[in-house]
Amino acid sequence: MKTFLERIKNGDVLVGDGAMGSFLMDMAGDLIKGTSPEVVNLSKPEVLEQVAKMYFDAGADLIQTNTFGGSPLKLADYKMEDKTEEINRAAVQAVRKVTGNKAYISASVGPSGKMLKPLGPVSEVQMFDNFYRQIKVLVEEGVDILCIETMTDIKEAVLALKAARDISKTIPVMSTMTYNPSPRGFFTIMGVNVEKAARELAEFGANLVGSNCGNGIENMVLIAREYKKYSKLPLIIQANAGLPELQDDKPVYPENPEFMAGQAFELIDAGVQVVGGCCGTTPEHIRAFRRTVDNM
Amino acid sequence: MSEKIFAAAAEAIEQGDADRAAQIAEQGLSQGINGMELLTKGFVAGINKVGDLFGEGRLFLPELMMSATAMQKVTDIINATFPAGKREARGRVLLGTVEGDLHDIGKTIVAALFKANGFEVKDLGRDVPAKRFIEEAEAFGAHIIGSSALLTTTMVVQKELEQELKKAGLKDKYKTMVGGAPVTQRWAGRIGADAYAEDAGEGVRKAMEMIKK
Repeated sequence: MKTFLERIKNGDVLVGDGAMGSFLMDMAGDLIKGTSPEVVNLSKPEVLEQVAKMYFDAGADLIQTNTFGGSPLKLADYKMEDKTEEINRAAVQAVRKVTGNKAYISASVGPSGKMLKPLGPVSEVQMFDNFYRQIKVLVEEGVDILCIETMTDIKEAVLALKAARDISKTIPVMSTMTYNPSPRGFFTIMGVNVEKAARELAEFGANLVGSNCGNGIENMVLIAREYKKYSKLPLIIQANAGLPELQDDKPVYPENPEFMAGQAFELIDAGVQVVGGCCGTTPEHIRAFRRTVDNM
Repeated sequence: MSEKIFAAAAEAIEQGDADRAAQIAEQGLSQGINGMELLTKGFVAGINKVGDLFGEGRLFLPELMMSATAMQKVTDIINATFPAGKREARGRVLLGTVEGDLHDIGKTIVAALFKANGFEVKDLGRDVPAKRFIEEAEAFGAHIIGSSALLTTTMVVQKELEQELKKAGLKDKYKTMVGGAPVTQRWAGRIGADAYAEDAGEGVRKAMEMIKK
């Protein structure tokens, strides 16, 4: 198998996977109620294998690990920071059982959930150490890609990126931020716009930049075009399926696979090379993305 | 003279300058300006402007938090000059992030803006079960119960709260308000909450309307 970066350099478009949380709710709801979704990694890793298999079978080229909240600062919310290493290791191993070397393992690294000083309690050194500890395990376990995602504070995103680069100069890193639309354009809740993110993430060594989560895939098309204005790097977009409505106490996302696949065409047209899903997307969405990519 | 100090007060809050705001509060009080007037015509005007700018995407969380901190500081200074019995609150608001949900930045901002607008606020923090909202509301003598949910998986606790209130025969005693990223007006309507607020500024405006009624 060619490496991930070889394929990106070749101009190929790759398909990411979809949501994890809804499956964890269905298959391990009792386990994760009131605690970290990462507990599943230790107590019921077979669930992770099942989810990975669904996305693998749907045609995803990248399968993400269940490590979004796997940094020690985040795990500390649930008094599980001591288990950082085991939790991250188990998540990678579960995905590898399914993919072998037929898909890339993309390790999810989400925000710490804490703010940097002076707004919050965490120093830059602590933040760096936080990501260093998580990413070290992920790299040791041999993941193909790091995906630093859902960031809203550019400083936190850069510290995660620096930690990654401190551990490995060569591992591919995708770095994505989450934006909200405003009358003045797209900004993260911390006030970062696409231009600033594109510039800083490139400066500190991201291989791909882009956006995930958000407010529906149509906005993602606009965000991708904005990135292209300010960045020469290839783009990654992992969109959610719109904002959910609860029906019978279950979240229902408005954007169906056909709609999202149509928009994926627009994303690719705008220069996006990794197209995946976030909250609310399913193996059906990924199958539809696969068809779009294969037909182009 | 006081007009000038009101403008300076508002500006200090808009700039999120806590030290300058505190200095203006002390200065105004020492010049004999009425504390309540200094608060409402000066500082509150500032924080409300900050709230509006946040809603319009003209400033962001860091600025909002700095302004809220400055606001808290002057509110404490001015409140301390009122005799205990004379502190007239606009109403009592109980706030919390629902059970299973650990996000409380947004809710903390809401609390700061309510306080800034003269409400007495009890903030239960995060991970608050429906039943505890009710126990605390009873003990606090709340007029409004505000709950925040940031996850689609925890929004159901807001519905549970409505059900528990009905079960306890307390639904008419309190006004309920819901908020949080995935929460919508439609959701509020469906679960029977009295109000939905998109952001902290709207929360305060709707609370004022509800209390008037």
